[in-house]
Amino acid sequence: MSQDRKLRILVAKPGLDGHDRGARVIARAFRDAGFEVVYTGCHQTPEQIVSTAIQEDVDLIGLSILSGAHTYSFPRIMELLKEHRAQDIQVIGGGIFPLEDIPKLKSVGIKEIFEPGAKLQDIVDWIRSNITPRTGMAA
Amino acid sequence: MSVVEQILKGDVRATARLLRDIDDQMPNTHEILRELYPHTGKAHVIGFTGSPGVGKSSLVDQLAICCRKDDLTVGILAVDPTSPFTGGAILGDRIRMQRHFLDGGVFIRSLATRGHFGGLTRSTNDMINVLDAMGKDVILVETVGVGQDEVEVANSAHTTVLITIPGMGDDVQAIKAGIMEIGCIFVVNKADREGSRKTVRELMNLVELGLRRRDSDGWEPLIIETEAIKGRGIDELYQAIQKHREYLAANDRGQMDDVLHKRARSQLIEVLKDEALRTLLRRLESRGISLESLIEQIKSREKDPYTLVQDVLANELRDFTC
Repeated sequence: MSQDRKLRILVAKPGLDGHDRGARVIARAFRDAGFEVVYTGCHQTPEQIVSTAIQEDVDLIGLSILSGAHTYSFPRIMELLKEHRAQDIQVIGGGIFPLEDIPKLKSVGIKEIFEPGAKLQDIVDWIRSNITPRTGMAA
Repeated sequence: MSVVEQILKGDVRATARLLRDIDDQMPNTHEILRELYPHTGKAHVIGFTGSPGVGKSSLVDQLAICCRKDDLTVGILAVDPTSPFTGGAILGDRIRMQRHFLDGGVFIRSLATRGHFGGLTRSTNDMINVLDAMGKDVILVETVGVGQDEVEVANSAHTTVLITIPGMGDDVQAIKAGIMEIGCIFVVNKADREGSRKTVRELMNLVELGLRRRDSDGWEPLIIETEAIKGRGIDELYQAIQKHREYLAANDRGQMDDVLHKRARSQLIEVLKDEALRTLLRRLESRGISLESLIEQIKSREKDPYTLVQDVLANELRDFTC
């Protein structure tokens, strides 16, 4: 009777950036792909994002950012995940990034960066082929 | 350290993971729940229900602040709907609860209905038990936005708060059966809107007419006007909840016994149904009978569902062992 494991994703907007149309469109696309999406609104600190990801037991965090603060918030989120022994939660990002920042973000462990123009279906396909729901815990 | 020990110590990660396993019906969760059960029964469970957009999440957020001021730890379970078409969901109740994200005394979990009707999820009762065992003093359960008939939360909570807003319908709505009968406390939120007094009056009539099933037990439902966003009426609501808790605790008419009985009954039936179905399907499978083959027999009208089920049960319930 057990059903398939559902993929759970946190869509979060770090920092002082109130433009969440993109995040909402992404959340909607994830919903339509059959994922469970936790959406927490704008103005999240890295600490809030990591705490939410852990309480909600998500497989993936999708960060949306347009403000340019990714060089601080993305590495900080990776650090906090490590501190909480939650590196198994994968992180991807989308928004506006200078091209030269992308390798730096990947080097701290961000799995993928989606730039403006990325197709929703491509993002969903990427998730389907790269992220699997974690296995059940042992008693 | 075992999962059970971690949860009893209040470990957030272990708890979060167990809740997911329960939601996904992973096979070994019953073992863990069995070990946790003796540690439950301490938390006060408060249900919040009402139509979409009446302010359930905002009120839960405000109530969590009141509890934290009293040094009570809080668990929150908030339900949002699953898409019937894709199986996906957007869980957005947390948007109203951001200020609690960094408070170690508050644990929030967003849940999707996953096709379950009744206002909660099929996993909610088990999750309440887990949060109770992890030591949360108060557990706030927010239903999915409900209509007229989703009254399940009243069987899970000690105290049920029914939330409405002004202008939701005429006074006949208030005397209809179903959801209007389950409120221990009625909240008229967004009370700055026109018609708030009228809504309160209608609720007062409802209470006074004694239409509620439980009126005979001596509790008169309280009616509170609030503006969740501004914090108006929140202290009154918190006091009303405490008053209901004291009323239950007094147990002078067996009211606490009634609540505990109701909760135990709904849990028992739920687990019984699940386990019975699971066991039956497993036994059928072991005898090489697939569910699909049974479905086909009904689909082709070779058999009717009633005879088929009777045959299956007659066969399987002989020498029934799990």
